[in-house]
Amino acid sequence: MIEAQQLTKRYGEKTAVDGLDFVVQPGTVTGFLGPNGAGKSTTMRMIVGLDAPTSGSVTVGGRAYARHRAPLQEVGALLEARSIHPGRSAFQHLNALALTHGIPRSRVDEVIDLAGLTSVAKKRAGAFSLGMGQRLGIAAALLGDPQTVMLDEPVNGLDPEGVLWIRNLLTGLAAEGRTVFVSSHLMSEMALVADHLIIVGRGRLLADTTVQDLTREAGGDSVNVATQEPARLREVLAGPDVDITGRPGSEELQVRGVSAREIGLKAAEHGIALFELSQNTVSLEQAFMDLTRDAVEYHGSTTGIETPGSAA
Amino acid sequence: MSTLTLTTETPETAPAPRPAYRVTGLRVLRSEWAKLWSLRSTWITLGLGLLFLVAVGVIAATQYASQFDSGKPVDGDFTSSTAVSLALFGTTFAQLALGVLGVLGTAGEYSTGMIRSTLAAVPRRLPVLWSKAAVFGLVALAVGMLGAFGTFLFASGIVDGTDAAVGLTDAGVVRSLLGAGLYLGLVGVIGAALGALLRSVAGGISVLVAALMLIPGLMSLLPNSWEENISPYLPGSAGEAMFSMTHDSTTLSPTAGLLVFLGWTLLALAGAAYRLVRRDV
Repeated sequence: MIEAQQLTKRYGEKTAVDGLDFVVQPGTVTGFLGPNGAGKSTTMRMIVGLDAPTSGSVTVGGRAYARHRAPLQEVGALLEARSIHPGRSAFQHLNALALTHGIPRSRVDEVIDLAGLTSVAKKRAGAFSLGMGQRLGIAAALLGDPQTVMLDEPVNGLDPEGVLWIRNLLTGLAAEGRTVFVSSHLMSEMALVADHLIIVGRGRLLADTTVQDLTREAGGDSVNVATQEPARLREVLAGPDVDITGRPGSEELQVRGVSAREIGLKAAEHGIALFELSQNTVSLEQAFMDLTRDAVEYHGSTTGIETPGSAA
Repeated sequence: MSTLTLTTETPETAPAPRPAYRVTGLRVLRSEWAKLWSLRSTWITLGLGLLFLVAVGVIAATQYASQFDSGKPVDGDFTSSTAVSLALFGTTFAQLALGVLGVLGTAGEYSTGMIRSTLAAVPRRLPVLWSKAAVFGLVALAVGMLGAFGTFLFASGIVDGTDAAVGLTDAGVVRSLLGAGLYLGLVGVIGAALGALLRSVAGGISVLVAALMLIPGLMSLLPNSWEENISPYLPGSAGEAMFSMTHDSTTLSPTAGLLVFLGWTLLALAGAAYRLVRRDV
């Protein structure tokens, strides 16, 4: 479990992380989303003590990361930039980290296997492709068999097979009861693995929600209907779980809680003419962009985080 | 056992007892030891250090012997030379290689990004610095001792029968050779400290060269009275006092030289420790 309280990081005038409060729960995959420069990497560096917060605090498993006796057993982290010496082999790199904790050599071989690096374990890491370097970083993160796994943009540079591997790995780790915290700037990627979402923009918390809730809020499960008799259609469709919105006098309605198929059938049954019947296709991606765009507009236009769709 | 696996078909069972890992100072030391020997640059810099020490010493001794044998008076550089001073002629060059080894060991972690992995594993940070200082100091010390005594044996053989001939049992010989080894060991520590302090390989090497080799030369620009009071305490001069055979009023005694040079080493380490603990990486 990761708990951040009023976590803040300033670099001179610039505030990279601005009063973040969040809790990352064990047993699920939590996505950490935000546009580039939103403060995700800085937050993650503060979690493992590489950067010190300007104010506020963040704890892992109830205490500051540096206060754990075996930090690698508490949090395994893959950070954004490559954190290896190119002159060492994958084995030498992992072994050097393992030695600090008394982690046995058999565990080093185990994570090398797990990351699919067995055939290149003796090669210099400097010669690794981006994807292999990423796998080595993930192997290092898993080395201490940690309670919390934190990965910054793990799918960067991975081929489709690698991306699938990461997805299975993350959901598997969460199913084992571990805390899994994964950052990304791609909503589409997160939607596939994460249950919970923490969305930030310009260092501020924008949303602490679930994928389902975000989908609902974005109107992703509503149906657009255009009809000759909106008032009658409302009566026909009315029910306890049904929510219908639409401007008065307009022929267009937005309906939630009833599928497009049911609306069509009911309209036909009552002889109501429909001009349009379509599933609302607002995507999570769109919802995410709307959220982050608002944050940018709210903060004025001092720096440009360009999001498509914002009126320039 | 709660290993990380991709499949989760195994039913939820009571978690097996997790192995109790723990970071200790000794383990960090072992990790740094393993890191040192897993890099090619270690072998290159150590090899160069030893080569400079031995080759320059042997060349100096050979040069002296041939001048002595020719019957003419020896060059100014070689007057009052002994097998010890000839053997330690290469210390100036060897210290560069061993100091660079130290700089690479710490600053190299910053330039490659390895430092993030290192400090994520040891977030208390200071054990990493102490371990690096110990590892680089010990290795440089071993190479320095080996080189100093080895070169002395070669040089003794070469200058045998000349005015420079001295034996290990002569006064000050063993002390000088031990002093040279110790000096090179401390240069390794200073290199590591400067690398950690400046977090840049180029910066660390520049300051190392300036401190040990350039600043003594600049001292001649100062008024004489100042120069006499300051010069002996500079790192380069104090270090040289540790291994020279002869001492006069302008140099420190070997013990004082050792203490002053140790002081510089601790100062560099303190600066490195302060920066390591206080600054983000």
